[in-house]
Amino acid sequence: MKIYHRAAIAALAMSTTLASGAFAESHEMALSGDLKIFSDMSNPAPRAVMEGMIERFGEMHPELNIELTVIDREAYKTQIRNFLSANPPDVANWYAGNRMAPYVDAGLFEDVSDLWEGDLSEQLASTKGAMTLDGKQWGVPYTYYQWGVYYRKDLYEEYGLEEPTDWETFKSNCQTLLDNDIKCFTIGTKFLWTAAGWFDYLNMRTNGFDFHMALANGEVEWTDERVKQTFANWRELIDMGAYIDNHTAYSWQEALPFMVNGEAGAYLMGNFAVAPLREAGLTDEQIDYYQFPAINPDVELAEDAPTDTFHIPSGAQNKEAAKAFLTFVASADNQTTINAGDALGQLPVNSGSSVDDDKFLKEGFETLSSNSPGGVAQFFDRDAPAEMAKVAMEGFQEFMVKPDQLDQILDRLERARQRIY
Amino acid sequence: MAPLPPSTAPRAAPRSWWRRNQIAITPWLFLAPGILFFAIYVLIPVFQSFNVSLYDWDGLGAAEYVGLRNYEEMYWDDAFYTSLRNNLIWLVLYLLAIPAGLAIALFLNQTVTGIRIYKSLFFFPFVISQVVVGLVFSWFYDPSFGLLNVMLGWVGLGPVNVLGDESYVTYGIIAAGLWPQTAYCMILYLTGLNAVDPEQIEAGRLDNAKGFRMLWHIILPQLRPATFIAFVVTIIGALRSFDLISIMTAGGPFGQSRVLSFYMFEVALSEYGFRMGYGAAIAWCCS
Repeated sequence: MKIYHRAAIAALAMSTTLASGAFAESHEMALSGDLKIFSDMSNPAPRAVMEGMIERFGEMHPELNIELTVIDREAYKTQIRNFLSANPPDVANWYAGNRMAPYVDAGLFEDVSDLWEGDLSEQLASTKGAMTLDGKQWGVPYTYYQWGVYYRKDLYEEYGLEEPTDWETFKSNCQTLLDNDIKCFTIGTKFLWTAAGWFDYLNMRTNGFDFHMALANGEVEWTDERVKQTFANWRELIDMGAYIDNHTAYSWQEALPFMVNGEAGAYLMGNFAVAPLREAGLTDEQIDYYQFPAINPDVELAEDAPTDTFHIPSGAQNKEAAKAFLTFVASADNQTTINAGDALGQLPVNSGSSVDDDKFLKEGFETLSSNSPGGVAQFFDRDAPAEMAKVAMEGFQEFMVKPDQLDQILDRLERARQRIY
Repeated sequence: MAPLPPSTAPRAAPRSWWRRNQIAITPWLFLAPGILFFAIYVLIPVFQSFNVSLYDWDGLGAAEYVGLRNYEEMYWDDAFYTSLRNNLIWLVLYLLAIPAGLAIALFLNQTVTGIRIYKSLFFFPFVISQVVVGLVFSWFYDPSFGLLNVMLGWVGLGPVNVLGDESYVTYGIIAAGLWPQTAYCMILYLTGLNAVDPEQIEAGRLDNAKGFRMLWHIILPQLRPATFIAFVVTIIGALRSFDLISIMTAGGPFGQSRVLSFYMFEVALSEYGFRMGYGAAIAWCCS
């Protein structure tokens, strides 16, 4: 599933150098040769963003021949292993956090700490931790998005419910909906990770960000009492019947119609769920967003905000151009453009960028910048090593179906933890 | 005794090594390409994968020698036994395709107008790709709008979440797999039935054999070659269950529909799989 897009730049060179003169000072060195980019931005909107970015970068560097290969987002996750070692491009997409650890450990990603020196470090401070392994930075972020509860505002109003800020209201809201034959939450756990979103929030609200990260890093036993407390909280929702039935048979997209049809009141999901909800015919008056409420008042609120990134493979041929591209990607102007509501519809990482005038983006930005004092997590399958994430997410799914099996599940996770770390 | 007259035949020139050994060597020469490729693509990789199974290797960095620890872990791994059990269920239940195919073949082995159309319609599921079969069946099973649950609703039975329930999921996928496999067996038996000797049937008739006795004692023995082929392809089909599982459930819910080949793929090559050694150990155990 490869499509080659060669920016025919040479022909445009003369006319565009003048137009892009404004950018010229930050990119005064003349870049030439080929720049090979592999991208996983294969969905229609991200793809257009990627192509737009290349076009603008190409205008700045007319001598450079940019070759973009877009690979299907899911297929990319398995192909990256092959192409990084066999046929490395100059720039590649990937994710922050532990998800990049295997490639960093294998020496397949280039250390780009020098890009982070100076201003950029300040501007990208919010994700510097997630891009750092062994004290060095291995790539630059281009976008991130909030997670939270997306709910049917009209249904909440119909039954006189408010956005909850504490666990009790959260549960009593749910009970009201259940009494009216509406499930509180839709979810599709066929591909497992959606259940991990629930675990992330419940664990961060019960035990706090630091504990959650320690667990993801294998420093805490899965059979620990505090972990059990998280599952006990989760079980309250499961026993209420808060989730739609048969969620193991659905993907996250297949779970959307329940919310669209009003059979379920809310969805704990990333901001990318907004676009399909709007496409399904819900208006902004009908959907709204709230931050996952506090459970344990003693821990600070923390959020999931997965960050998508660009990296330079260590086998890259044109590292100079690749670094220039990364600098361009990270710049405030570019991040404003690519994250706009009509482009990616997500949040820019660069603090100098402006957030588009979209109600969900604004709320999400607010949540992440001022209402997440505990910290910002990447997401369970990016914070924990891949093997652990797989075993654990399977356990979460099993727990959601058979909560009585909890002890067995936790024993299994604990055995996996001892083996993996 | 008179001396033998000197031989008048010209002395044969010493035969070349090639001529002397031609008969012995020729078959090996013909076999050589096959042996070579079999060795390169099958034999050597088998031993290489055994070698890999002794290491802890993520496919990227340095491999660490761990001896037989991967095998030891497999011994304790519940998921491995689940997959093994599912493999056995697949092997046994997939054989249902043979009697089902035979039944359809017997049913279709008549001369009615348009019988070719019916035959090709029955053969149709084998022509479409396994992926499409998987998709069609996952819609069929869908708990909210799937045809299966609509039909169950007519007789007052509640919705069944076939692909999301760990006790039904394997059987649900096998049923999907049986659809094309039955068509395949049917075609094998249809050709077999063409070759059945009409004289023997007539002789059987004279001896008053009918119905099941006719089938069992006269027809089936003559279908033995077809049955053998059907058995072989069905066993192979049961071991190639990977695509259906991957499409319909991706091994879920919580790994209850995995078979060994899927489990091996998952631990070694999938999105979260970074354990080449363990994957190779599973491959070695199931081969």
